[in-house]
Amino acid sequence: MSGSFDILIVGIGGQGTILASNILGEACLIEGRHVKGAETHGMAQRGGSVESHIRIDGLYGPLIPPGQGDLLISFDLLEALRYSHFLKNEGKMVVNRHLVLPTSVFTQKLPVPTQDEIIEALKKHSLCLLDADKMAEEAGSPLSQNVVMLGAASPSIPISPESLINAVKRLVPKKTVDINVKAFEMGREFGGKC
Amino acid sequence: MGRKYLLGNEAIAHACVESGVGFISGYPGTPSSEVIDVLRVHPDRSYYVEWSVNEKVALENALAAAWCGVRSLCTMKHVGLNVASDPLMTSAYTGVTAGLVIMSADDPFAHSSQNEQDSRCYAHFARLPCLDPASIQEAHDMIPEAFTLSEEFGLPVIFRPTTRICHSKGDVDLGEPVAGLRKGEFHKDPRQYVVIPAHTRVLHKKLNEKQPALRKRLVERGYNHHKIEGSTAIIASGIGATYVQEIIPTGVSFMKIGAYPIDEEWMGDFVRKHEKILVIEELAPEVEETVRQVAGCVPVLGKKNGYASYEGELSLLAVAGIMEKAGFLKKNPFPEGNPVQQLPPRPPILCAGCLHRSAFYAIKKVFKDAIYPSDIGCYTLGLQLGVVDTTICMGASITVASGISHAGDTRDIVCTIGDSTFLHTGIQGLLNAVYNGADITVVILDNRITAMTGHQPNPNSGMTACGAESPAVSLDALCRACGVSFVESVNPYDITGMVTVLQEAKKRKGVKVIIAKQMCVISARRAGINRGRYRVNPEICTGCGTCVRFGCPAIEFADEKALVNDLCSGCAVCAQLCPTGAIVREGKK
Repeated sequence: MSGSFDILIVGIGGQGTILASNILGEACLIEGRHVKGAETHGMAQRGGSVESHIRIDGLYGPLIPPGQGDLLISFDLLEALRYSHFLKNEGKMVVNRHLVLPTSVFTQKLPVPTQDEIIEALKKHSLCLLDADKMAEEAGSPLSQNVVMLGAASPSIPISPESLINAVKRLVPKKTVDINVKAFEMGREFGGKC
Repeated sequence: MGRKYLLGNEAIAHACVESGVGFISGYPGTPSSEVIDVLRVHPDRSYYVEWSVNEKVALENALAAAWCGVRSLCTMKHVGLNVASDPLMTSAYTGVTAGLVIMSADDPFAHSSQNEQDSRCYAHFARLPCLDPASIQEAHDMIPEAFTLSEEFGLPVIFRPTTRICHSKGDVDLGEPVAGLRKGEFHKDPRQYVVIPAHTRVLHKKLNEKQPALRKRLVERGYNHHKIEGSTAIIASGIGATYVQEIIPTGVSFMKIGAYPIDEEWMGDFVRKHEKILVIEELAPEVEETVRQVAGCVPVLGKKNGYASYEGELSLLAVAGIMEKAGFLKKNPFPEGNPVQQLPPRPPILCAGCLHRSAFYAIKKVFKDAIYPSDIGCYTLGLQLGVVDTTICMGASITVASGISHAGDTRDIVCTIGDSTFLHTGIQGLLNAVYNGADITVVILDNRITAMTGHQPNPNSGMTACGAESPAVSLDALCRACGVSFVESVNPYDITGMVTVLQEAKKRKGVKVIIAKQMCVISARRAGINRGRYRVNPEICTGCGTCVRFGCPAIEFADEKALVNDLCSGCAVCAQLCPTGAIVREGKK
């Protein structure tokens, strides 16, 4: 078996899950560790449900099997629930308190669970719930939401915070380095208390 | 060059630069597109690179460059190889002088495709070597060797990564870039390059004579290798081999296939040393067929006797399941996993402000009981709006429409096709429809870009793959040249205008073309176009739901009123649809 630390990042196409997974990959390189990942490309990105798999110290395939994930980072409440079966029983969840309803809910009048119902269902796992949108604005840009999420998850990730911050600095646009470092630190502080 | 964390396609692109490639062509298609998307903007490119209009055109260009002694790469998705199959089959006869690598990316599970065909079958059919990487690192390392192999045997090499290679990521050890040779020279040799019957019979024999040495060489190069550990064995290929390696129990022998054709003698020796063989591979039973040919009385478990599936993609869970069924694992170590049931699905959807949605809306308004053949592009998502009745392959909208027309169905037929698809293989269908007197309306959804695969330019965009200016084709003149007399261009954001033109087309007989022109909303955003945003005045909104049924992701409904969320791109179509005028531009009363 692989012995890897398996992280699933999920959300909606366009929310920045790919940058978050790139930061994790870069941080692994900084630490000289192997890493494997897989992500959604092509038309599936157009507002659809997207998933990035990252296997830290992974040597083999890029896909995490259901029930094997160590950590689930979700940018949306509904997507957290959709992918929750990928977590181990003792796996951890870091979830943005944000719910975008699929358009099908309005056009086809489909039933949808309420925020509270979703949160209740997620509590089956160790759950860290945060308002990443608000924290990102406080850090200086709503676009740093994905880095806030990563920061909040970072206490559970077996990579040093220095490596993660270095990876953030390498990968975000030059003009936004300060904002993103702040976003990471705010997220990390919050995540440490979860 | 060191180690980097890269997407599979980025690693493949880098390996091409390390191989001194001089000529690159292709047509975008998921999961292959990023290879050229990386190469066309590479900072120190010394090679020629183009997006071609289709895969046949791309391959013929690349073949000619390889004849001139320039290392060439041609990329496409698996179904693109169907389009390129005509030159492919005979390129095996003519051969090449410099290396020609044809990357045909397969898509098991059809994540982004119309079928699950297997490019290895084409390699078999054409008698060409095929490399089938099991990991990103191997995909990277195979590329320089594919060029060498191509030159050694004088044959094009098919390189066949799958979605989980192309769109996976990993740490990859890279080599140094090498400047490619661009000074090609064509040496005339009619017996090689003019495939009249007298020449081609000789070339066919030569192709067949290359096969035994080729099979041996692929083993020598280490693409196909094995390790004997016990009395039972697993033989696996592609990414399936990687999954097997993660969970194979000790005491089970393992053979990895990464290249075709397989040396049967070599495989037979291995197989006959075992009492039971399990074959694990994605899609067609390409390896399994060979195993069965050499197995004699050794039992072989695979797709043909129901141990593994012909469809879909493999995963660790699926491979463990096959190994359990075949008695190689006592118990599948991975739990089934119970997804939460009955959550509303979140499929991909046309963007807020997409021109296709408003064009479809107008089509449906004018042609209520019509038949709607469509094509391959973002607009295939029009299925959700009930205006896509057929999709087969690139260019098969106009042809299906004319076929239905001549079959005698008396309903109106309105087909939709994107600009890039029209230029790919749609023009011939239009020419044929006019020539043979079909009675159809063709709507060309013209967003001036190949949007679905990642916004690659095409002859309609006014620039080349590398951003150089090039004359934008006139779709209007092209359609008129095909003999269409009713050709109208219209802005699909103007619902009234588009409805008027469609009504006019409905009255006429013959082939009518309407060009619905509007920039892709993603390109517009990138170009800095800001149309402002719209909002619903809750005092005027009656909650009738007209705007909600339009299906735009920027429109929500809560407390019996519609509301516009921050995805709004300002196309203003919903404001035109609202019967009470409740949707207004932000900042206005």
